[in-house]
Order: sequence, then C-alpha cells, then structure tokens
Amino acid sequence: MKGFQVDKRRLKQDLIAYSFILPNFIGFAVFTLFPMLFSMILTFLNWDGANPITFAGLNNFKRLFTDETFRIALFNTFYYTLTTVPVTVVCSLGLAVLLNKPIAGRNIFRGIFFFPHVASLVAIAAVWNAIFHPTMGPVNQLLQSWGIANPPKWSASTTWALPTVIMASIWKSIGYYMIIYLAGLQGIPRDLYEVAKIDGANAWTVFTKITLPMLRPTTFFILVILTINCFKVFDLIYVMTGGGPGRASTVLVLHIYNVAFKEYRFGYSSTIALVLFVIVLIITVFQFKLEKKWVTYMQ
Amino acid sequence: MGYLYAVKYYRKQCFTLWQKREVVYSKLSRGLCKEMRIKASEKLHRQIKTIIMYILLIALSASMVLPFFWMLSASLKLNKDVFKFPVEWIPKELVWENYRLIWEKVPFLTFYLNTIKLSVIITLIQLLTSSFAAYAFAKLDFRGRDTLFLAYIGTIAIPWQVYMIPQFIMMRKLGLVDTHLAIILLQSFSAFGVFLMRQFYMSIPNEIIQAARIDGLSEYGIYRKIVLPLSKPALASLTIFTFVFVWNDFMGPLIYFNSERLKTIQLGLRMFIAQYSVDYNLIMAGSVVSLIPVIIIFILLQRFFVEGIATTGIKG
Repeated sequence: MKGFQVDKRRLKQDLIAYSFILPNFIGFAVFTLFPMLFSMILTFLNWDGANPITFAGLNNFKRLFTDETFRIALFNTFYYTLTTVPVTVVCSLGLAVLLNKPIAGRNIFRGIFFFPHVASLVAIAAVWNAIFHPTMGPVNQLLQSWGIANPPKWSASTTWALPTVIMASIWKSIGYYMIIYLAGLQGIPRDLYEVAKIDGANAWTVFTKITLPMLRPTTFFILVILTINCFKVFDLIYVMTGGGPGRASTVLVLHIYNVAFKEYRFGYSSTIALVLFVIVLIITVFQFKLEKKWVTYMQ
Repeated sequence: MGYLYAVKYYRKQCFTLWQKREVVYSKLSRGLCKEMRIKASEKLHRQIKTIIMYILLIALSASMVLPFFWMLSASLKLNKDVFKFPVEWIPKELVWENYRLIWEKVPFLTFYLNTIKLSVIITLIQLLTSSFAAYAFAKLDFRGRDTLFLAYIGTIAIPWQVYMIPQFIMMRKLGLVDTHLAIILLQSFSAFGVFLMRQFYMSIPNEIIQAARIDGLSEYGIYRKIVLPLSKPALASLTIFTFVFVWNDFMGPLIYFNSERLKTIQLGLRMFIAQYSVDYNLIMAGSVVSLIPVIIIFILLQRFFVEGIATTGIKG
C-alpha cells in the first residue's frame, strides 16, 4: 500500500515535469527529431517530390564515388575548415588576452571586434565583394598603386575565391570566439598569476604554463563548435561566390542545397547530408577523446 | 618623457656614489644602482609595450570598422564615385537621394515588416517554451530526464542542413511551403534555447526553490514567481540571440519563401543586389538599412550578448 503511494507521488512528479517540457518537446520532436530520423531513411530512396518514391538501395551511396562535384565540395570543405579553424583560434585567443588587460577603452574595442558577428551576412558579403572587386575595388587599386601589376582577382578567380571567403569568414567570426575566450580567461584564478609573479616568471612563461593550460576546456569547446560551424558553411559562400567560379568554392552544404532544391533529388542530397553528419560526428568524437587525454595530462 | 629624467637621475646618483668610493658602502651602493636601473628600464619597457599594444589594437579594429565605414560612405555617393581611388572616405557631396531610391525600387518596407513579424513571434514562442522546459531540466527530478536532455544537446551539434530536406518535404506535405508559418514552426522550438536557459537555471540555488516548496508553492508557482523574475538576464540573452538569428537568417527564408510579399530583409537585400548588381551605391545603402536595427540592438544590449555567450560557452 505504502509503495503504491510513493509510486503515485512519483508519477505526479513526473507528470508535472513532463507538462513543463511538453510545449517545447512537441515542436522539437515534430520539427527536429523526426526529420532527423527521416533523413536516414531518405538516403535509401529516390524521390523528386512529385513522382512516386522508389527504393534506391545503395545506389545513392554508390553515386557519391562517381560524383565529381561531391569530391570537389568535400575537398573544399576540408580546405576551408583546416585553414579557418587554426587562424580563428589563434587570433581570437590573442585578442582575448590583449583585451583582458585593464586598458582604456576595453569595452569599445570588444564591441568593435564582436560587431561583425551579429552583422548581416548578405550586407557583409556585398561590401567584401565591392572592396575586393577585381578591377575597381579599393584593395586592388591600392595593391596596384604599390606596384603590384597583377593583383589577385579574389572572388572572381578559381585559386583565390575560397581564400577570399575564408578571410571574410575569419574576419566575421573572430569576435565571437574572442568573447568565449574572455569568459574563459575570467575563470582563471588570480592567485595563479600572483604566484607566478612572485616566482619571477616572465610573460611568455605565464602564458604557456598558466593561461594556455587553464584555457584548455574553453579551447576544446571552441574547437568543437568552430569545426562544426566550418563544416556547415553555406550563406557566406552562396552570397559571395555562389560556389564559383565554376565549382572552385563549392562546399558540401552548397552541393546539398543544389542537389535538393535545384535538381530535386531529395534522396541523394540526404545521402550527402549523411556524409556531412558522419564527418562532423567523427571529428567531434575524436576531439572528445583528445580532451580526455589533455585532462589526464593535467592531472 | 618622465622616465628619461629618472634614468638620468639614477645614473648621476650612481656616478657620485661611485666617485666617493666609500669603501664600506661601495658594494651595497652598486647593488642599489643596479636595482634602480632595472626599475627604470622596466618602466620604459612597460610603456613601450603599452604603446605597441594600442597601435596593434587600433590597427586591428580599423580593419574591423573600415569595411562598414566604406559601406556607409559608398551609400552616400554617386555610383560613378564609389570606386574612385584614392578612397574618398567622406564624400564631398552627400547623396541622400540613394536612400529614397532604394525604398522605391524594392519593397523594403514589406521586407522589414515581415522580418519584424517573424523575429517577434519566434522569439516569444522560444522564450515561453524553452524557459518552461528548461525549468524541468534544471530543477525537477523525473524519469528519463537525462536521456531527454541528451537528445536535446545532441541535436545542437547536428548541422541543420543534415535534416533540412526532410523538414522541407514535411512542410510541403502540410502545404506550408511559401508561408511564414513554416519558418515560425521550424525555428521556435530550438534546443539551443532550452540549453541556454537550463544553464542559467542551474546557477539558481536549490535552497530557494526547496524553501518555496515547503511554503506550499506549486512548481508552476515557483517557476512564475521565483525563477522567471530571477532569470531576466538569461531571457534577455535568449531574446537577442533569437532576434538577431531570425533577422540575419538567410538559408531558411531562401528555401521557404518564393513570393515577394513574404520575403525577409536578408532575402530582399540579396534580391536587390542581384537586380541592381552594378549600382553599388544603392546596394550599400540597402546594406546600411538592413544593418541599422542590429546596430541599435547591439549598442543597447551588448552586455547581454556577452553574458549569454559566456553562459553557454563555459559551463557547457
């Protein structure tokens, strides 16, 4: 009898909790969880949205190996990620360290660096494309006036299109990661620095022996979200280069978008999306493993 | 220049001391001289460092600000003057006409109203449902809590692009493509909002809530009378994040809105750029117009951005 009462109370507790979660959970389950599971099934189907669905077996996966655009997009995505991540991490850390010092106008500087992150992408792409215009843009005019006869054609050239987008994306996101680093820096106990000062450690030693190790969780967090963000890059490329010239700056998500919404091959585009997911998953798991190693080193 | 005098003074002192050659004090005084000299040079060192730091910071922030400044200045020029070199940062004659023209050429007002409508509705639903759900995740004990929360967190890490296609198919089946409702439904129930609010609620001491329970307050009462008033900063952060996200979102509206009367400011700007691709002054004026609300929100509420990022970033 008593056990039953306890259970009843427990049930009531659960029901109250579920009532809190339900309004959000319904939306979340219907519009996020369900489509996620559905996308797995979609990879085995052929569907253009209009004609009946047919079973494709592994054909969509086989197609990956013969799809040249996919190969280019995959390569470009890795290229984009492997250049963006290190530069962004180093720059945002440097800025955070500088702006963690009690200097005049610190908040104004922080605001200036952070603002591009909230500024609209389309506007930023427009201004970058204008400034880096191959013939008329102020950057190339400046380079020419310095005696560089053939400055890069930036987003209009096959070799420079991707680097131009990378520059813009680093420029846009540095401030965001700087803020995360600043929060991390504020979490480091002050005593550590005072002890180091008494021991006569110089600035570089303090940075490498105290700041960097203490920031490891922050760096780890940044690496994970930055990598994920790099793999899902779309907007900036879509509005700056459209993936071109040719396919020179096509990335995975752009390819997914084109296959799905230009060619209406929903099954195959889901397969590419699955590849994106698996890559992101592998990298995240790998980074988690790495973090564990770091933590054990610290102990 | 103070430090130069200091150096001179110390040196002179050293010299006179050394000249006196007081046998007893000679060793001691030499040590003193050295210390003084080190102090002076350290001060000099620090000052140089500060100057270098400022130069670096100013140069870097210039690279952040100049594109925006160029945008503003180009938006007030005649099109033929936009690319004049060397750059004329402040146009001799301000062409305000550009700003009138863009409102005529493109229904910017419709785009503005659409974006405001979407931002406000999505932000409201987001605030309500996620703060509600977050309370359960943070302060209530129930079966399946950790599993459910893990499902929420897991989806944050999965790029939206992975499941945007099934979403689109679903919306088409529901006949919601090319309606505002599609984007509202898709973006109002984000796992991120629940996560952010939960992180904040975790920092509210359990004792307060326990005390309220003993006083006979129901969980709903605790949520409404205690937790909600305490979480104003987190709600503010979530508001800004959601608002800015919806305001700047490009891919969602790109996929769902075909009719011009539904388009948002980003899509409209993009359309405008494609249409008037050579009228750089107008493009820049449009860009400035699209940025203004974000700039205002940013300047007023920068603090909450920073706090919000810190909350999700560090305790996660």
